[in-house]
Amino acid sequence: MENKSALWRWIKGSRVYKSIFRHGYEDTKKNRILQIRSNVFLHIHPVKIPDHAYRIRFTWCMGGITFFLFLVEVMTGAFLMFYYTPTPEQAYRDMLYLRYDVPFGMILRNMHRWAAHLMIFTIILHMLRVFLTGSYKPPREFNWVIGVTLLVITLLLSFTGYLLPWDQLSYWAITVATNMIGAMPFIGHEGPLSLLDRYHDIRFLILGGSEIGSNALLRFYVMHIIVLPVTGMIFMAVHFWRVRKDGISRPL
Amino acid sequence: MEKDRLRRRTFLKILGLGSFLATVGLSIPITVRFLFPRVLFERPSTFIVGRPDDLNPATTGLRVYEDWKEEYGVWIVREGNRLYAINARCTHLGCTPNYFADEGVFKCPCHGSQFRSNGLNFAGPAPRPLDRLRIYINDDGMITVDRARLYTYKDFDRKGAYLKL
Ligand code: HEM
Ligand code: FES
Repeated sequence: MENKSALWRWIKGSRVYKSIFRHGYEDTKKNRILQIRSNVFLHIHPVKIPDHAYRIRFTWCMGGITFFLFLVEVMTGAFLMFYYTPTPEQAYRDMLYLRYDVPFGMILRNMHRWAAHLMIFTIILHMLRVFLTGSYKPPREFNWVIGVTLLVITLLLSFTGYLLPWDQLSYWAITVATNMIGAMPFIGHEGPLSLLDRYHDIRFLILGGSEIGSNALLRFYVMHIIVLPVTGMIFMAVHFWRVRKDGISRPL
Repeated sequence: MEKDRLRRRTFLKILGLGSFLATVGLSIPITVRFLFPRVLFERPSTFIVGRPDDLNPATTGLRVYEDWKEEYGVWIVREGNRLYAINARCTHLGCTPNYFADEGVFKCPCHGSQFRSNGLNFAGPAPRPLDRLRIYINDDGMITVDRARLYTYKDFDRKGAYLKL
């Protein structure tokens, strides 16, 4: 403390600083607890972490990496939104614009795309590790259920994001996928035991029309940038909270 | 006194809980209904092909007209004295096939289904021949196609699935 400059001491002593940070840096037990508990983000985290939770060979840190990639998606996605317009006239043009003219647009799109692919990959590895270490067993069975929900949300994010470039690949991929949805029993118009026509089934609900057009693009966009990410964040918060409350599993 | 007050409380509780549940319960069908638009800005389901004479040249055999594919996703096919409209939508999962006139084959780019020029499937995952659409002469004597009425192969001989030239 003594060798800190006068300015630094003045900042730390000021009312503004003290109103934001209510704890110091001292490495005392009390202070460590204060640091965690007085922070809205950190308080999801336990104050103390057992040694084994740090063992990379046990956790592979795959959940953490998945979360990191999600943050990358949120950041790059928000930047993409500055240039992307979800209409049939503009969507693909904006893709080309991002690709060739927007400064750093190409790397931005590629970061968004590759982090999305990687996220699926790391989620599956995370599930594998939880399975192999038996961490899904009681008392953690509910967190496995939340995890499955998170997997579904991530897959749906990829699915909805895939239509947005509005190129041949996205158009026909979504054609095929929504026709598969339209073949579901009861609720799809081409499915078995269905009484619905193509204007009243589940596929129509998803596309907002009987064919893939501006309504479909807009619906996928809204799902992709608001509904699914926000739902995902809520479930992630619960997921992390449960890890803390159930206690992280330990190696044998 | 004491009893009365409790009864009032129970009543208010039921009222409060009831209206809460009713609101939540109603909001579900309302949201679903909200997502089904009343008006669609899609292409009209019918279009005019032309006068019967336009499509009736003296040649025989089978002929595929591609003129309406780009705009309406329909091939008009003349087979002998029958005229029918093939829906350009793969019966596998709905991609748009292309017609290769030199081979007389429709090929789907998505998973490789192939169909003969009359729509019969012979390769790939497509489970049935290409569907046909209602074709008829309208009040002005024009050949008209209605894309909203679909015929699968069992109904190809039904009235409306073809026109006699
Ligand atoms: C808050 C989070 C997110 C936002 C704001 C966001 C936003 C966007 C936007 C505006 C696009 C269109 C631009 C483009 O295609 O490059 C897009 C595309 C895409 N997104 Fe996201 N996104 C988010 C999260 C995710 C996540 C978590 C995934 C998958 C795990 C994902 C997968 C995709 C895919 C596959 C594309 C197509 C990319 C391409 O072809 O270039 N997104 N996203
Ligand atoms: S959609 Fe045509 S082969 Fe699959």
